Amino acid sequence: MIDNNRYESLRAIIKIYLPEDVKASDINEDSHFINELNINSAHLVDIVLDVEDAFDIRLENEDMDQMQTVKDALQIIDSKVSAK
Amino acid sequence: MAKRVVITGLGVCAPNGVGISSFTEAMAIGKSGIRFHSQLKDLKFGCQIAAEPLVKDNLVSQYFTPLQRRGLNASGLVYGVIAGVDAWENANIPINYDADPEWDNGVIFGTGILGVDKFRESIHLVDNYNVRRLGSTTVSQTMASGISAYLGGRLGCGNQVTTNSSACATGTEAILMGYDRIASGKAKRILTGSCSDSGPYVWGGFDAMRILPRSYNDNPTKASRPMSASAAGFVPGSGAGALVLESLESAEQRGATIYAEVLGGAVNSGGQRGTGSMTAPNNAAVQRCIQDAVVSAKIKPSDIDLINGHLTATTKDATEIENWTQALGRTGIDFPLVNSFKGMFGHCLAASGSIESVAAVLQFKEDQVFGNVNCEDLHPEIEKLIHPSRVPLETIAYMPQIIAKASFGFGDVNACVIFKRFS
Repeated sequence: MIDNNRYESLRAIIKIYLPEDVKASDINEDSHFINELNINSAHLVDIVLDVEDAFDIRLENEDMDQMQTVKDALQIIDSKVSAK
Repeated sequence: MAKRVVITGLGVCAPNGVGISSFTEAMAIGKSGIRFHSQLKDLKFGCQIAAEPLVKDNLVSQYFTPLQRRGLNASGLVYGVIAGVDAWENANIPINYDADPEWDNGVIFGTGILGVDKFRESIHLVDNYNVRRLGSTTVSQTMASGISAYLGGRLGCGNQVTTNSSACATGTEAILMGYDRIASGKAKRILTGSCSDSGPYVWGGFDAMRILPRSYNDNPTKASRPMSASAAGFVPGSGAGALVLESLESAEQRGATIYAEVLGGAVNSGGQRGTGSMTAPNNAAVQRCIQDAVVSAKIKPSDIDLINGHLTATTKDATEIENWTQALGRTGIDFPLVNSFKGMFGHCLAASGSIESVAAVLQFKEDQVFGNVNCEDLHPEIEKLIHPSRVPLETIAYMPQIIAKASFGFGDVNACVIFKRFS
């Protein structure tokens, strides 16, 4: 079950990092950040920092490694937020 | 046979004008870009005035994507991208959006230090055990070559993309590096120039050396007084200048507007020997650099009808004029016209050579020699060497034919470039 508020917040964060040839409407739960959304891998670092700020959580290196798709990110956010 | 090299594009982000048209107008009327900075007062600087370009946020958004603007905190980078992209567009060279870079186009864009404010931000994060929060652009905003990297990527250049650094000679040196590369046939078009950051962390070291004026905090536009008897030190500045250098062949093929020809020039160092030190030039080296530039340009000293000096508004200005008289063998009324633009926009440090070269070249286009601001009281030592009529106090109508432009920097390094009216 997806928390729609969290999903929309995450989409808003991701949108900024999309290259010109990818539209915000192309983002879905299964989107792979690097392979499908063509996000520069260096910017995944910035997405993590933005997620930390938006949800007031802290992601560890292993969380980052697991964060391949939008769904992965949402699961990590859910678990961090509920553990607070 | 060396290729002839011409200037086909100009861009500038200067304390007294951002963009070529407002800058040209400012130079012609002697408009000052020197202002009081309350931040410097709050930080207890002796010199609380500075010359900084006025760059509004909506202008920045025309040159940087929303993503690039996130966490952007490198003023020199902003100035350099504005000036560089403007120069490229002014040259009417299409920005390359192909998958392949344009192999004949390069960038040689210098700086002294880049992204000082970003670096400070990073230092605080690191010291607070927060290195993980630095983000992905800390490196690209604080590496010296960040400026050439941003420009090279923006324009899609596939030739040499690099950043040179030689203190206050940086901008003039960049032009000569670009000139050499095109003259030798290794590139067709090079975006040359330089930029320098704003702010107390850049200017503080000079304030500590007590070489900045301290008695003009309530009268900023009068503070920078090159060649005057009352010169009290240089006013710190910042900004960027950019010049597109191109082989004459390529410029003619494209039907480009040609602002001037670069005839040649020279760089050298005084080795911190003789009168030279870390902070003072070796006079023999300065004279040799000017003479080497004349030889490189294949002209006679008498061909030069206008000098744009380094002339920072310290007590050393008279020494610089003496070096010019010795190098060219010309004195009194026979001396070329001479100007310093630092009376208007202070000493923009690493950016000074490029901003001043842009202004120097604009004098060909405007058929004017821009006036020397705040030099009503010409230094008596200078008056002994050259006729006062050689130092116009206001902009005059005159068609310069050959301009010698020099810059000298800490480390005892010198650069002199020769520009010729193109006809």
